[in-house]
Amino acid sequence: MAFGTGASSARGGSPGFRFTIYATLSIIIMFLDQRGGYLEQIRYALNIAAYPVQLLVSSPSTAWRWVHESVATSDALRAENERLITRNRELELRSMRYEALAHENDQLRGLKDALPPVAERWLVAEVVDIQLNSLRQRVLVNRGTRNGVFKGQAVLDDKGLLGQTTHVGPWSAEVILITDPEHAVPVQIERTALRTIAVGTGDTASLALPYLPANADVKTGDVLITSGLGGVFPAGYPVGRVVEVHRDAVQPLAQVRANPFASMNIDREVMLVWFREGHPAAPVTAASGDAKGGNAGMQPQAVPPRPKPAPATATPGQPAGQSTKGAAAAGQAASAPSRGDAAAAPPAKTPQAKPAPTPVAEPKDAEEGPPIEEDMAPKPEPKAPPQAAAPQPATPKPSLTAAAPPPSTAALFAQASATPPPTARLP
Amino acid sequence: MNSQPRGAMLFTALIALILTVLPLPTYLALVRPMFLVLTVLYWSIASPRAGGIALGFFSGLMLDVFQSPVLGEHALALAVVTYVAVREHQKIRSKPAFQQSLIVFAVLVAYESILFAIDGWTHHPVTSPLRWTHTLTGAIFWAPVAAVLNATNDRRR
Repeated sequence: MAFGTGASSARGGSPGFRFTIYATLSIIIMFLDQRGGYLEQIRYALNIAAYPVQLLVSSPSTAWRWVHESVATSDALRAENERLITRNRELELRSMRYEALAHENDQLRGLKDALPPVAERWLVAEVVDIQLNSLRQRVLVNRGTRNGVFKGQAVLDDKGLLGQTTHVGPWSAEVILITDPEHAVPVQIERTALRTIAVGTGDTASLALPYLPANADVKTGDVLITSGLGGVFPAGYPVGRVVEVHRDAVQPLAQVRANPFASMNIDREVMLVWFREGHPAAPVTAASGDAKGGNAGMQPQAVPPRPKPAPATATPGQPAGQSTKGAAAAGQAASAPSRGDAAAAPPAKTPQAKPAPTPVAEPKDAEEGPPIEEDMAPKPEPKAPPQAAAPQPATPKPSLTAAAPPPSTAALFAQASATPPPTARLP
Repeated sequence: MNSQPRGAMLFTALIALILTVLPLPTYLALVRPMFLVLTVLYWSIASPRAGGIALGFFSGLMLDVFQSPVLGEHALALAVVTYVAVREHQKIRSKPAFQQSLIVFAVLVAYESILFAIDGWTHHPVTSPLRWTHTLTGAIFWAPVAAVLNATNDRRR
């Protein structure tokens, strides 16, 4: 055994020297990674290096599941088959009703053909059995850039919103769950269309809504859906249900807690979803491109958005764009274009009434008002993304009020008054 | 003098990394010691010339990939830990097991403090007191881990 620190000069200098080198190196790495994310390439390479370890660690449970599946008795399989058939029938019935409702809704809006669902395609990913930091709510899934996964992609399970991808390797991706304390998702209360932000609490079974004023119209049992702001999640996906509203006379803000619908810690399979760009329900800033890196929905808690001033009770006149967007999204993804762009293009009112296979090519000036282009050919895919069925009566709006606001200000207003935009999407 | 246990070192570090990311029930995961840190610490003390600070740095980078929102924080913390260990390896080596555990505890607390500070500076704070539990369990696990690693080390020589 070598003795003495003096002997270490044989290679690489003294410990102090080497320590200085490595410490500086790691500080530089941290700085680069934190400011501007210059290290995506390095992270990618390290992810490749980490992949064998991930495989190795998760292989026992994968093998166990495989064995379990292959020795499953035919009785069990039959029972499961039975269950799945029942479930399938149930979903078919529901989707029938969904199409009828979508059709009816489109008729009410004067639109002849249904929009395609906002979810363009999705990919089932398995959660890799590996423990990431146990104090952070992250999971690893077995899909990566090779499957087209990108950073900041929405991740759902069959009940609701689960999270988004943060780091993507070639064959795997890290997902931050919406219950992580660092994660905030822009949501909307389905009943009132009131928008706020739901932040994670670090507990897999609860979300906090810390920015609601004490007089906000929120009560236990309210359903939270994504509001479509923030540029990551599209509008209208179920997030959770309010379970506790605590109003303190001296506090200006209400303390509201919600339970997420998605089952964070028992999910084996999750869905990575690609959304149609330009769809009314698509994430708002996706088109404008300022969601750099895609993690716009995330934000450190240290920089909370301003507490909401007033509940966004949609007066029929102005924020038609936003309120309908929420309401439409609440019911179905394949909704008519929101009133916002009907207003944004006043002369286009009539063309919108009878859109041929390729409906209104919306004028581009409606910036974030959803332009509907390309893929509008009416191929109503029956496969709608998992939705909270129970489409609430989409607050009927007399169409004359929609034409009232001046063209593009409506869209601008919709954006400006979008009360809690996550800080990340500030220009 | 050809005792540069490179192979054993890398192998045990890999095992330790696997133990660190092995899925466990939550309550067990919270008290799980940082095996990789203990292993790196052991090699820095037992064979300071073989791995030393480079081993600490690259192990930390690997931990960062798995556990850290910002690259480099475990790398820095482990570089500090290994530096201290390499500098003081003779003193630490000559101590009885119990005192070694105390020293390891202090080192782990320093390690976690560095992580805590960096987490805060980079706006990824984890304020839960549970983040400190692994320092205690690490100190408890030090003796068995060191014994196992000693066995591999002895067999090789």
